[in-house]
Amino acid sequence: MSTHSHHHHDSESCRRYLGSLSDYADGALTDELCAEIEAHMEGCENCRVVVNTLTKTILLYRQSPAPDMPDAVKERLYKVLHLEKFYRSDPTDPQGSSST
Amino acid sequence: MVSSSDAELAARLQAGDQAAYAQFVDEHSGHVYRLALRMMGNEADAEDVLQETFLSAFKSIDRFEARSSLSTWLYRIASNAALMRLRRYEPDQVSVDEPVERDDGDLLPRQFFDFCCLPEEDLLRDEARAEMDRAVDELPATLRSVFILRDIEGLSTDETANTLNLSVSAVKSRLMRARLKLRERLSEYFAHEPAAVHVGDEE
Repeated sequence: MSTHSHHHHDSESCRRYLGSLSDYADGALTDELCAEIEAHMEGCENCRVVVNTLTKTILLYRQSPAPDMPDAVKERLYKVLHLEKFYRSDPTDPQGSSST
Repeated sequence: MVSSSDAELAARLQAGDQAAYAQFVDEHSGHVYRLALRMMGNEADAEDVLQETFLSAFKSIDRFEARSSLSTWLYRIASNAALMRLRRYEPDQVSVDEPVERDDGDLLPRQFFDFCCLPEEDLLRDEARAEMDRAVDELPATLRSVFILRDIEGLSTDETANTLNLSVSAVKSRLMRARLKLRERLSEYFAHEPAAVHVGDEE
């Protein structure tokens, strides 16, 4: 990894690296480009913040709770598909547990 | 690649086995509903997409070839159903053959508030969650579908490309634009939203 850093704000570089930051967050870049971006970030506070907040944004969405399918929706789906006789409410769904 | 249990289930579905149909619905309907809800942004449309997806899957199960897994195949049907419906609502926004590099506004970051350092309770509270959901809802549908599959549902880049019938580079490019737009929006929100009351801030 390169140890030299740019001590000035270089918006040309920021612009150039912007399109790669998403791949950078996924760890999907070549070692070479990775090192280049990291060297740039050493001297560029803005790009550091963009990478941090981009990564955090992805993480927050990955952790967002999955909305549950309401039992009534599931029941109607089984009906539309003519599978009523196979329908069982989800025992973990508090609203549906009384129907059996 | 298709697992043996997938192949077995597909064969039973193709033979018209009702119990297999029920098993298939039971295993996948939750995922399809979640995808539909995130794509459509409301429950009524999500339910329509859910029903359309399974109706159309059962109708075309004979054409299922074991080149992809059943779930990828079903996701593809669901994404198409959702995009088709969205096209009716946002005809300008949703076009299958839209050039990938369409200029959809300046992606240059403007907001440099580092919200990473905010306490988790601020990042995770209900209002913040609601803002996150709105932000996804307001992405153009072509970016939204990629972002949902890749970052919310956790599919790989290849799986996402496969599901949406896009090239890997188109997926990466759309994902990049979606993520930057969401980052900008969340940064804006957290920079200006008064934080939850912190006990002990006064000292």
